[in-house]
Amino acid sequence: MSCPTGPLPLEPGEETVTPEELSRRDFLTGVGLAAAGYLAACTPEAREAYFAKHFLELNAEEVQLRMARLKEDHKTRYHREVTVSAAPPKPGVEFGYALDLSRCIGCRRCVYACVKENNQSRDPQVQWIRVLEMEKKGGIDFEAANPYYAHEKVPDPDHFYLPVACQQCRNPPCTRVCPVGATWQEADGIVVIDYDWCIGCRCCMAACPYGARHFNWADPVVPADELNTNLHVLGNRVRPRGVVEKCTFCIQRVREGRYPACVEICPVGARKFGNLLDTESEISRILREKRVFVLKAELKTEPKFYYFYGI
Amino acid sequence: MEHDPKGAGGGPGEPQEEFSIAHSNALIPLLVVFSLIVGVVLASIIFAGPAGHGEGMADKRAYTPKDFVEVFGKDEALVGLEDGADGGPHKLFMVPRPPFTSDSIFPCMDCHETMDPNPTRRKLVDEHDTIVLTHDSEHRWCLDCHDLKDRNMLHLSSGELVDFTESYRLCGQCHGTQYRDWRSGIHGKRTGYWAGAKRYLLCVHCHNPHSPRFAPLTPLPAPVRPQLLRESHLASAVAAPAVAPAKEPMKPTDDKAAHGDSTGHGAGKETP
Repeated sequence: MSCPTGPLPLEPGEETVTPEELSRRDFLTGVGLAAAGYLAACTPEAREAYFAKHFLELNAEEVQLRMARLKEDHKTRYHREVTVSAAPPKPGVEFGYALDLSRCIGCRRCVYACVKENNQSRDPQVQWIRVLEMEKKGGIDFEAANPYYAHEKVPDPDHFYLPVACQQCRNPPCTRVCPVGATWQEADGIVVIDYDWCIGCRCCMAACPYGARHFNWADPVVPADELNTNLHVLGNRVRPRGVVEKCTFCIQRVREGRYPACVEICPVGARKFGNLLDTESEISRILREKRVFVLKAELKTEPKFYYFYGI
Repeated sequence: MEHDPKGAGGGPGEPQEEFSIAHSNALIPLLVVFSLIVGVVLASIIFAGPAGHGEGMADKRAYTPKDFVEVFGKDEALVGLEDGADGGPHKLFMVPRPPFTSDSIFPCMDCHETMDPNPTRRKLVDEHDTIVLTHDSEHRWCLDCHDLKDRNMLHLSSGELVDFTESYRLCGQCHGTQYRDWRSGIHGKRTGYWAGAKRYLLCVHCHNPHSPRFAPLTPLPAPVRPQLLRESHLASAVAAPAVAPAKEPMKPTDDKAAHGDSTGHGAGKETP
């Protein structure tokens, strides 16, 4: 069956009507012009939001645009002036973390300091650090671990505590499963997410053996007066609903040379952070002088988050 | 059903009816059993579920850093360190003043100047009587660390006088491994810049020298269980205004119950 080309043959007696209707060509032209006009009228930030490219494909100018857009975005939503950084990794730096299990008392100060620093949703609650309580006589046993302990005082004499957040693997399973490449490992070893590129499929959450990735089921609630205004594009900017988020070693702090928030709050000094490539850094000394281990080493994820017993 | 060749003995006119009746007779006990099972499962989910968490409302409250102003209110981590971000040739280490029990207690010689030194081991009664010595108290007492003649100073076992700001040298005489670790940044708390200026703490900032065991702390509240997230609310929204969540963040709970329960429900996906 061939398609008829041109107008259908008229029945005898039917009049030809020259239609005032829009031709397809004119319609499409009109739509195109309207769209172009609309886009032209839009702010560059709005355009950036709509046509957001993958973060790694942005040129310097587009990075600036993204920072400006996020700044504007936070200003509109929270009526706060924020600073947005996109500081790149420093050469010669690979971040490592060590946690002294003989010191940790399970006080959960780090959990809430992290929430505050990284603008995690307060309601529904999102927490990147999970402190596991385990029985001393049982040793490290994730099956029997209890993150919901509620003692009056810690440490409980029969238990020890093992905080878990992103282990910043050298061989991260989460980045490999991402179908859109929205998560990757930076040159300084931090595994980050482009929150404008994540499609929220949660494959990475299934892939992560440490439960370190968290999903925004609802629009995150961060009270304006509690917003941390020192933001990083790949870090603690408030995430949209429907994306996965994770610990970035406080990328907004550590790329400025500061310690992560959990290190600074820890009342017992159990948390240690530094540059693995600097042989004199605290973390290098720990790797040299203490017997460290990583969680689930058999999975060959090769975390840069080490645990050790300082005593 | 039309494939049933015998139709369970039914006449040719109504094979379907006969079929269904015959089978429903057999199904009735099955249905009863099935509905019982469903009932039990549903009941356990509906009743045992939330009630089994023991905490009731406490578990549903989503606490935030704002509920603990006393912990997160002050951020002076960088005070005095701002210029030392990159370290530079001479790294800057700031150490806060030693934590004296009160501002007026030091210098000690303000009082001790006029007093006769008494080197006899004894229980103090008039002053310093609130100090509880649980630091190898069998073998030590005040003048093992405090100097008899110059009370503003401490002294090492060699007799060398050290200032209170260098008390780590005194501690390091016995606690050598901790001293070594502290100097290299492994033991103790550092704040500031990971590659630059840092704030160190003295041993005595964390360990009361008279009773050195780290004092237990009240833990901040547990996370909301995933199955309760939907019903959870901010503590500030739930708590009655009369109750100050910052003061009493949680009820002390029966840990055993909480623990047993969580192993039942597990941390689920969230636990590694």
